[in-house]
Amino acid sequence: MATQAAHASHAHAHAHTVKRYKGLMDWLTTVDHKKIGILYLLAGFIFFIVGGLEAILIRIQLMKPMNDFVAADTFNELITMHGTTMIFLAAMPMLFALMNAVVPLQIGARDVAFPFLNALGFWTFFFGGVLLNISWFVGEVPDAGWTSYVPLAGPTFNGTHGVDYYVIGLQIAGIGTLLGGINFMATIINMRAPGMSFMRMPMFTWAIFVTSILIVFAFPALTVGLVALMFDRLFQANFFETGSGGNTVLWEHVFWIFGHPEVYILILPAFGVISEVVSTFSRKRLFGYSSMVFALVLIAFLGFMVWAHHMFTTGLGPVANALFSIATMLIAVPTGVKIFNWLFTLWGGSIKFTTASLFAIGFIPTFVLGGVTGVMLASAPADYQYHDTYFVVAHFHYVIVGGLILGIFAGLHYWWPKMFGRMLNEGLGKLTFWTFFIGFHLTFFVQHFLGLLGMPRRVWTYLPNQGFDTMNLISSIGAFLMGIGTIVFVINVIVTWAKPRNAEADAWEDGRSLEWSIPSPPPEYNFKQLPLVRGSDAWWKEKREGKTEMTPAEPLGPIHMPSPSILPFIMSVGLFVAGFGFMYHIYWLAGLGILITFACMFLRSVFDDHGFHIDPEEEVHA
Amino acid sequence: MSAHGHVEGQLPHEPEKATLEGRNKILGFWIFLGAEVVLFGTLFSAFIALRHQVLDGPHASELFELPTVFAATMILLTSSLMSVFAVQAMHKNQVKSMIWWLVLTVLLGLSFLVLEIVEFNTYVSEGHRMNTSAFSSSFYTLVGFHGGHVLFGVLWISLLIAQIFKKGLTVVTAPKIYLSAIYWHFIDVVWVFIFTVVYLMGKVG
Repeated sequence: MATQAAHASHAHAHAHTVKRYKGLMDWLTTVDHKKIGILYLLAGFIFFIVGGLEAILIRIQLMKPMNDFVAADTFNELITMHGTTMIFLAAMPMLFALMNAVVPLQIGARDVAFPFLNALGFWTFFFGGVLLNISWFVGEVPDAGWTSYVPLAGPTFNGTHGVDYYVIGLQIAGIGTLLGGINFMATIINMRAPGMSFMRMPMFTWAIFVTSILIVFAFPALTVGLVALMFDRLFQANFFETGSGGNTVLWEHVFWIFGHPEVYILILPAFGVISEVVSTFSRKRLFGYSSMVFALVLIAFLGFMVWAHHMFTTGLGPVANALFSIATMLIAVPTGVKIFNWLFTLWGGSIKFTTASLFAIGFIPTFVLGGVTGVMLASAPADYQYHDTYFVVAHFHYVIVGGLILGIFAGLHYWWPKMFGRMLNEGLGKLTFWTFFIGFHLTFFVQHFLGLLGMPRRVWTYLPNQGFDTMNLISSIGAFLMGIGTIVFVINVIVTWAKPRNAEADAWEDGRSLEWSIPSPPPEYNFKQLPLVRGSDAWWKEKREGKTEMTPAEPLGPIHMPSPSILPFIMSVGLFVAGFGFMYHIYWLAGLGILITFACMFLRSVFDDHGFHIDPEEEVHA
Repeated sequence: MSAHGHVEGQLPHEPEKATLEGRNKILGFWIFLGAEVVLFGTLFSAFIALRHQVLDGPHASELFELPTVFAATMILLTSSLMSVFAVQAMHKNQVKSMIWWLVLTVLLGLSFLVLEIVEFNTYVSEGHRMNTSAFSSSFYTLVGFHGGHVLFGVLWISLLIAQIFKKGLTVVTAPKIYLSAIYWHFIDVVWVFIFTVVYLMGKVG
């Protein structure tokens, strides 16, 4: 870090002029983690709306028995695209939005380790998501479920291009996720401000660090699974073609070796958000910091050991089922540690009930419910009863919506002033919370009982008078209420946007970590001088000693910044074009797409990025 | 980070780690290789699960010609050694000999690729195609992924040689050389596993 400061000062003589863009081109070429965070949020939220509309259509269809609001094959497409969109294109990007917006600020860095790669990650995710959703317009939509089990998803039983869109769209989007994981691991290891030791990092940063490790070690398995399925579908390979010696259970293993860590990739960042929000609005330090870190790491480790609990009914035998059953139940222990730590943080705190803290406090009991049904499902013999019923649907919506989405809403309301310089309206925020929270429980609580009564998941419709009618109606009403909650949030954003910037640096006055020590929104270079971190809750510590800003760790001087670049955008367009080429067997088009991508890599390697310098002193005087 | 970290042509002792950018790249690349381990691990698992499903196609023990594969193995191992020498030359700031070692690395990598293409051609003519059986699909995918990595490495290191000619050895180019060497060793290690798991185990049945 000291060398960085030294370089920054003597490099002043070499200042290069770099073309800086405005307007749309600024957003297409940006490598600034704060702007990339906003891009992730925007794209992720649009996909969240798309996935939400699909959910509403599913609930309208299931509102009453023997309904024919949508056709049966459309229903299959809806459930497939709802799951795929929500997990890969809505939830993960919104998490990436928060981690981009917050992590570099929390560790006292000027940017991530690889700003160019960061932009590339966003654009590959975006074009992968667009490719997947183009399937709706082509009329050949993935319809084999978000897990795309073979042989249903294989060429024999799925002759249209639907699953091709799934395979190639996710492949391209997956590249972006993997790049993000690598980037944030390297950032957190290498870019921490002086004094910011690992055990002084804010809990959200810790959560993102562990999440990034999970991404790096889980996503390549999905890559291979998708490649195998793609080869089966496009080049007549036989990975999953049982008639030619292939093995369908192989897909289940590969998918869930990725898929189970993926669940923790989704929930751990939410844990991080909740830890920050609970601690800030209880105005207490986080209870049991080191046990929180230990729990995160333990959950991540165990997360790789439990994939076969998705396959209890596949027939792996009693020994495998027993082992995976026990491993799964073990995860309840570190998760319980976290729940109790949040409760003890709240205990005796002077709690402020802001929207963010309502979402966080609402998260705790909701997630406990999802955890309890998780332990129920972990019991292999009982799982034979629950498997493929609405009980499972209820369980994973409790952990994903009740856990992750409530966490994201908490995080958005909490960090909105830092990201955009504007405080969201608290009245509208609380309305969002109550409609969404009540709507959520209305939708999914009854689904536990629907499942126990025997209603199978993924069915298009059901016969009347089986005891399903009323609960399905209640569930559909709840879904509408969640939709209203989301609309209120959008209104809140628009209303806030129309007003001038009003957020203070320390927007909630009780901020504890470094992001609250700099203006909202932060300047392009984040920190005028890199801060010296003197303990955990670094900013809180300085405030308690009567300081109004962090102690600087370097002299004031020109700051080196990476240049904006359009290459990440063009590289992703190349992959997007290549995807279509492969899908429709137009190999010159596939070649062209790959060529575009490699040409960009060539240019990036050949032309060094010298970047440019900003002099914060000049900016202040100007 | 400044691109001009070296003063008056004097490179620091380990030029690849002289800047924060260089250190970031090295760390990030190791993490990337961690992901690659999972990638190849999954490909190996699929291959091991499917390798006996030969259907009407030739069995591994009839198909593989160990002498050719052994030659390819030795060539790739030697190539890896050449890139070790290249990095050592870089640390001694001997740019010319570094370039020579890199050229040898690339040439050996190319010979490996030629042998592999010839090998695949023979197999196809013997009725061992991508769509023959689950064994053939998983074989071509695993070994082909490795071959693709070798091809990428050959192109990458060639481009780096050109860059060294143009830009010389600096704190910007040094990390690139270092990364390509790590990459090349990794590809080599993967091949050692392929040689053992695919070819040797294939021969003994």
